[in-house]
Amino acid sequence: MLMTAHERLAGEIRDLVQKLGRNRSSLVPILQEVQKQHHRIGTYAMQVIADELGIHPVEVQSVVSFYAFLDGKPQGKFVIRLCRTISCDMNGKKRVARQLENDLGITFGETTKDRHFTLEWTNCMGLCDQGPAMLVNDRLYTKVTPEKVHEILEECRRTFGVHATERKEAHLA
Amino acid sequence: MSEMTNPDTSRRVPASQQAMSVPVPGNLDAIGATVGVNIDGVDVKVPLGTTILDAAKQAGIKIPTLCHHADLCVAGVCRICSVEVEGQRTLQASCSFPVTTPIKVKTHTQKVRQARRHILDLMLSEHCGDCYTCGRNGNCELQTLAKEYGVDSFRFGHVEKPVHEIDRSSYSVVRDNNKCILCRRCVRTCLDLQEVGTIEVLGRSHQSHIGTFLDKPLGDVVCINCGQCINRCPTGALRANDQTDEVWAAIEDPKKHVVIQTAPSPRAAIGECFGMEPGTAMTFELNTALKMAGFDQVFDTNFSADLTILEEGTELLLRLKQALLLREPGAVFPQFTSCSPGWIKYLEHFYPEYIPNLSTAKSPQQMFGAVIKTYYAEKQGIDPKDIVTVALMPCSAKKFECNRPEMADSGHKDVDFGLTTRELAKMISEAGIDLPRLPKSDFDSPFGTPSGSGVIFGATGGVMEAALRTVIELVVGVKVEDLFEHADIKPVRGFEGVRYVELAIPQVGPVPDLLKPLFPSWDFLKGATLKVAIAHGTANAKKVMEDIKAGGQFSKCHFIEFMGCPGGCLGGGGQPIPTTPEIRQARAKAIYAEDSAYEIRKSHENPDVLKIYTEFLTEGPCGHKSHKLLHTHYTPRGKYIE
Amino acid sequence: MSSIQTYTQATPEAGLKRALGMSRPDIIHEMNESGLKGRGGAGFPVGGKWNFAASAKSEKKYIICNADEGEPGTFKDRVVLQEHADLVFEGMTIAAKAVGSREGILFLRGEYTDLREHLEDTLQRRREQKLLGDNIQGSGVDFDIRVFIGAGAYICGEETALIECLEGNRGEPRNRPPYPVNTGFNGHPSVVNNVESLASAACIMGRGADWWKTMGTAKSTGMKLFSISGDCARPGVYEFDLGVTVADILKEVGGEGAKAVQVGGASGRCIPPSEYARSIAYEDIPTGGGSLIVFGQQRDMLDVLENFMDFFGDESCGQCTPCRVGNLKLLEGVKLLRAGKCSMSYLKELCALGETMQIASKCGLGQSSPNAFLSVVAHFRDEIMGRTYSQA
Ligand SMILES: Cc1cc2nc3c(=O)[nH]c(=O)nc-3n(C[C@H](O)[C@H](O)[C@H](O)COP(=O)(O)O)c2cc1C
Ligand code: SF4
Repeated sequence: MLMTAHERLAGEIRDLVQKLGRNRSSLVPILQEVQKQHHRIGTYAMQVIADELGIHPVEVQSVVSFYAFLDGKPQGKFVIRLCRTISCDMNGKKRVARQLENDLGITFGETTKDRHFTLEWTNCMGLCDQGPAMLVNDRLYTKVTPEKVHEILEECRRTFGVHATERKEAHLA
Repeated sequence: MSEMTNPDTSRRVPASQQAMSVPVPGNLDAIGATVGVNIDGVDVKVPLGTTILDAAKQAGIKIPTLCHHADLCVAGVCRICSVEVEGQRTLQASCSFPVTTPIKVKTHTQKVRQARRHILDLMLSEHCGDCYTCGRNGNCELQTLAKEYGVDSFRFGHVEKPVHEIDRSSYSVVRDNNKCILCRRCVRTCLDLQEVGTIEVLGRSHQSHIGTFLDKPLGDVVCINCGQCINRCPTGALRANDQTDEVWAAIEDPKKHVVIQTAPSPRAAIGECFGMEPGTAMTFELNTALKMAGFDQVFDTNFSADLTILEEGTELLLRLKQALLLREPGAVFPQFTSCSPGWIKYLEHFYPEYIPNLSTAKSPQQMFGAVIKTYYAEKQGIDPKDIVTVALMPCSAKKFECNRPEMADSGHKDVDFGLTTRELAKMISEAGIDLPRLPKSDFDSPFGTPSGSGVIFGATGGVMEAALRTVIELVVGVKVEDLFEHADIKPVRGFEGVRYVELAIPQVGPVPDLLKPLFPSWDFLKGATLKVAIAHGTANAKKVMEDIKAGGQFSKCHFIEFMGCPGGCLGGGGQPIPTTPEIRQARAKAIYAEDSAYEIRKSHENPDVLKIYTEFLTEGPCGHKSHKLLHTHYTPRGKYIE
Repeated sequence: MSSIQTYTQATPEAGLKRALGMSRPDIIHEMNESGLKGRGGAGFPVGGKWNFAASAKSEKKYIICNADEGEPGTFKDRVVLQEHADLVFEGMTIAAKAVGSREGILFLRGEYTDLREHLEDTLQRRREQKLLGDNIQGSGVDFDIRVFIGAGAYICGEETALIECLEGNRGEPRNRPPYPVNTGFNGHPSVVNNVESLASAACIMGRGADWWKTMGTAKSTGMKLFSISGDCARPGVYEFDLGVTVADILKEVGGEGAKAVQVGGASGRCIPPSEYARSIAYEDIPTGGGSLIVFGQQRDMLDVLENFMDFFGDESCGQCTPCRVGNLKLLEGVKLLRAGKCSMSYLKELCALGETMQIASKCGLGQSSPNAFLSVVAHFRDEIMGRTYSQA
């Protein structure tokens, strides 16, 4: 059956609401799920979520804009979050940061053109004794050095290759 | 006539901004008991759970506030009302601190004064705006506090350049975030009081700002233009789109014939802008002032309010005839009133599927515009293109309404400018006119007969009362006075959010000539019970609409009056600032007093209205010409935006 | 190997089994006896909190474990969740029995999502072992726990902001009173306790209040976990009895000769060497969440301050004026100091502002964010004043 992207998204959200509960308390989990699947919480998604939960779109956006892990703008497939807290700072976060920027060709807060990587700061991740610490999606890296940055990015790129084909096939189907 | 209970009136607010029920320590039976508070040495007894702020009021002690507003739930965000509570390490926000045990409070110690001054300094450091050039100069809560606390320098700096673009995209509301102090009163107004949900806090921390969905211009998002946020903004961050320059220009233009219609609510409130007590009607002084300011003619909107009753009432009777007499399908009930442009846009956005329920009758403002540029123009022999129609309204949404593309049935823009009460007060001051001291003068003919049924349109329930007065006399065939003392239909009055009333029609009278072409007899109504309801403020409208959707009590109604603003027009977004329940109460009193004082108090007795049906709208109410000039259509808008 | 001896030595489920056989008042009495105070920062007696919730009348009550550990330099809860999750859940179950709750929520911060699987597995195993679910261990107590993942906001560690987040709102602290023990999640009485508070409560129930009191001081009973990082040889999570001196800790972790120690994370205080003999206890230097960041001689205290103020500027929820704008002004002040452009009178004004923030902010964030600024200005004035521009 032919479905527009909007219809598909709306269906997805309705399923989520079904699963997580049609009440305001489900808002954050719903948003997290949409963020995970789509790497952003888009304009249309916010409106459908609002509609489903009986609230206003601007309320959804208000919540999205409050939390660091929710984003209305499209994010890369890999969101790299480097800890900027004092302990990691003292352990050499600045050099790691520079290396990340150099290797990806973007600065913090930006997403690469190919939408593969987003670079962000994060506050303390509770790995202060093993800093500098870095989060790539849900995966943790500790004692990161400028040298390790390259390895980590390569690792991401490799997994990305696999995912890229998967996605393509899914799309064709 | 019987009254029924209201549906649930509980509000939905973010809990962080909610005044929550206060747990009572110890014996739960003690609820309702009082507790002693000592404030600055003054002892007062207050009901358990009273806030320190209210207790202080009772003790005659003033505590400054900014984010607090009598119409809104507690926020406790600005912290300006901080006071010292004995035994507490930190200061407490008096607006949100409930007294549950006997406490001692100090409201102006060194600590408190220093903290307040710091808070003001911080607000001012971010408040970009020059008092001279601000529409709220002299009526700004921040300015007042700065004066009271002796702010003599910007201790933590001051933004010199605006950082936010001023949003002028809306016909009605201008947003200038540079002047916003993030008290969130507008958010609570829009989300909670009005349930429209146009604006919210976006972003976190220092990035937070009041924004619309996707930070779009106000004109592009779901906004009903009610302007309630303007009435509650403590600063100049929200204001109505000012068109006084355009109106002055028209007045000055010798080729233009400038007529103004004045609605009852602004007349009952404009005195507040001139230092008068709320509730002092200035209707006839205003007539004098307007002439002095240079308007060519001053008309009474009550004329078109009465016209509305006849058109809208006839429409209702036609729907009833279709359902009860002809037994045709397709008669849509309940019929909704259509005078409030805020309500109209609310319905177009949130309940577009109910557009068929809306009366097609235009609002009094728009009817009048169309009449002036046709009937009046003809009568006076003035080319309608040289006529400028101005409407003095309590309402910011009227600005949007008169700019609706369909509102040009006269062949011209029916109403050129909708002015708010505040704008007109400004014009009068600018002209050096001392309104309160002016002699009274009458409205101009041919729309000059004062009418009580038109006046009460200004208060919630007024349209319904006017309609019922006419139905009782024209259909039931008895004097209203026989049923209700002094023709005051009290059951429909008041500020209860939603009201439901039934009117039994045990007998019917003869059909008046005016309606004979449409109704040979009223027999089809004999024994019927007319069920009507009233809701004011869109949050209450929403409750009724949801009930209708669910097939509840209100879906069985025949006619429902909806007003977009709390209190009806008298609480409109164009009215003087501030607004509180007491102020609205006082305005209502003035309106009902005016009604009482008039000879003509029933729309069908207004001689000017009867005259237009003999001279111009000769086919009678809901005839062809009426339909062309006095009725309109609506636009399903929905709530999704791109 | 876990560095947390007390937790490692605890007999699994001993506390829970004992509690299931006790009456509610007896459990609360035992907690009160132990003198255990909340380990999340505010130091409210755990037994007292449970008692309030127990006496609140409501159909539903919630036990919420605050695992939003976001205080910079604090990571002990992460280690506890990783290595002693059972103990935390045991503590929650004991609390549930004590207050009469059937539903528990573990609020895990988004940055700790990597722990989720482990926690869910642990919960599942506990259900299978009849340590959770209906009729736990045949005691008639029904209780289950779900994991809620935060979405990235430090302020959600504040208990009412946490509840706001659970309810699907912006994590903005509420007006208090009412307190969560009366009006918490969805309006129901809710106990919010720190991860460590709950784990320690389980140990106390297992071995008795008297045992707990053999550790620590009279006013600050028991042991406490410390997250130690910064310029020291052996950073990590340590267990010390309360009342331990800063100097003792520094010796243990190889941080002797430190220029300063930040106790209690970014919202704590900066302690100069002259005060290393002071002890960490509720009656002396407050523990906060129990973190120590060690600064070596080479560190620039303005760098440190700027990092902290940046953090608060970013993480303030932004609802109240003193905190939203105040933190920004303090940050600007630090930048002025770095540029050598801050007059003494302005510095004084900023310190006065800091004091206002401490008493006029709505929640603990704004009330404690000026601590670091004020203590650095108090103790390191020599270092921070009169900088030449080139150092900026
Ligand atoms: C800004 C702020 C952040 C907080 N962060 C945490 C936190 O990450 N973890 C925590 O357990 N408590 C935190 N708290 C304290 C909680 O509000 C609350 O007091 C605590 O969870 C209660 O548990 P306890 O009594 O067991 O310590 C924070 C408080 C504030 C004001
Ligand atoms: S002190 Fe800061 S974090 Fe707390 S409520 Fe105020 S703005 Fe929010």
